[in-house]
Amino acid sequence: MELMPYIVEERKDTGLYNAKLGIWLFLSSEVMLFGALFSSYVLLRTGAAHWPQGSSILNVPMGAFNTVVLIASSVSMVFAWAALKENKFGKFKFNLGITILLALTFLVVKSFEYGAKFEHHMYPKTNTFLAIYFTLTALHALHVIGGIIVNSYFWGPGSKMWQTDPQRFTNRIEIAGIYWHFVDLVWIFLFPVLYLL
Amino acid sequence: MMRGTHDIKQKIRKYWGVFTALLILTVVTVGISYLKFGLAAAIIAALTIALIKGSLIACFFMHLISERKLVYVILGFVVFFFLSMMLLIYASYFSLPGGATYVS
Repeated sequence: MELMPYIVEERKDTGLYNAKLGIWLFLSSEVMLFGALFSSYVLLRTGAAHWPQGSSILNVPMGAFNTVVLIASSVSMVFAWAALKENKFGKFKFNLGITILLALTFLVVKSFEYGAKFEHHMYPKTNTFLAIYFTLTALHALHVIGGIIVNSYFWGPGSKMWQTDPQRFTNRIEIAGIYWHFVDLVWIFLFPVLYLL
Repeated sequence: MMRGTHDIKQKIRKYWGVFTALLILTVVTVGISYLKFGLAAAIIAALTIALIKGSLIACFFMHLISERKLVYVILGFVVFFFLSMMLLIYASYFSLPGGATYVS
């Protein structure tokens, strides 16, 4: 007996399987979370007598490099899903592995950036710009860590499902991918707002 | 089955195209920041490019271009509440008592 319906097939009324509806509702709450912080940034910036240009404090080449790293990880993630659609499990493992490595690269670069700031005694308490910079980027980094944990599970023990229920496993990768692309999307806005303006 | 594989191969070609566009737009974003526009023009340029990049990711990588109606309805609510929140938070800037500031 099936414990829960619509984990693979789509519901007739919504046209979506459960996880697809769930991830979009979850991402809606995420938009509000990051949106609240973005509007706080706007309010703080417009209310400040002086606001530093991001490039005078932050390392633009490192930020740009990290942007490329996250974009590349999004591409490898979507290739991992496409590989499952083509029934190529080895190709899936390769692409998801690349995604995880790129996500780790992003965090390593970010830690170097943070380290450089701390060496220069620049902390969240130093000024309002750094406070909102650390808040936004640390929250984003937590989402990257969450993505790494989920993707690592699907790369490792979770991938056993491919043998027993390939369609459900493919759906799971699609959902993990939608989350991961959202994390990339947030960074696409964070980079110019914090580093370049 | 053959048609499905053909569709995926077409999608993969599209993903490569989107990847190239995203890389080019990232270079343009950084390049524009070195040109000395005014702040307003710089903000408009940076956010417009970010919006284009975000749309490419959402439409192709997140498959929004071929999603079900309910997802668009959910996103419609998200846009409404997101804009309302931005406006309400920013509106508080104009309702401060005389002489008060948010940032010292």
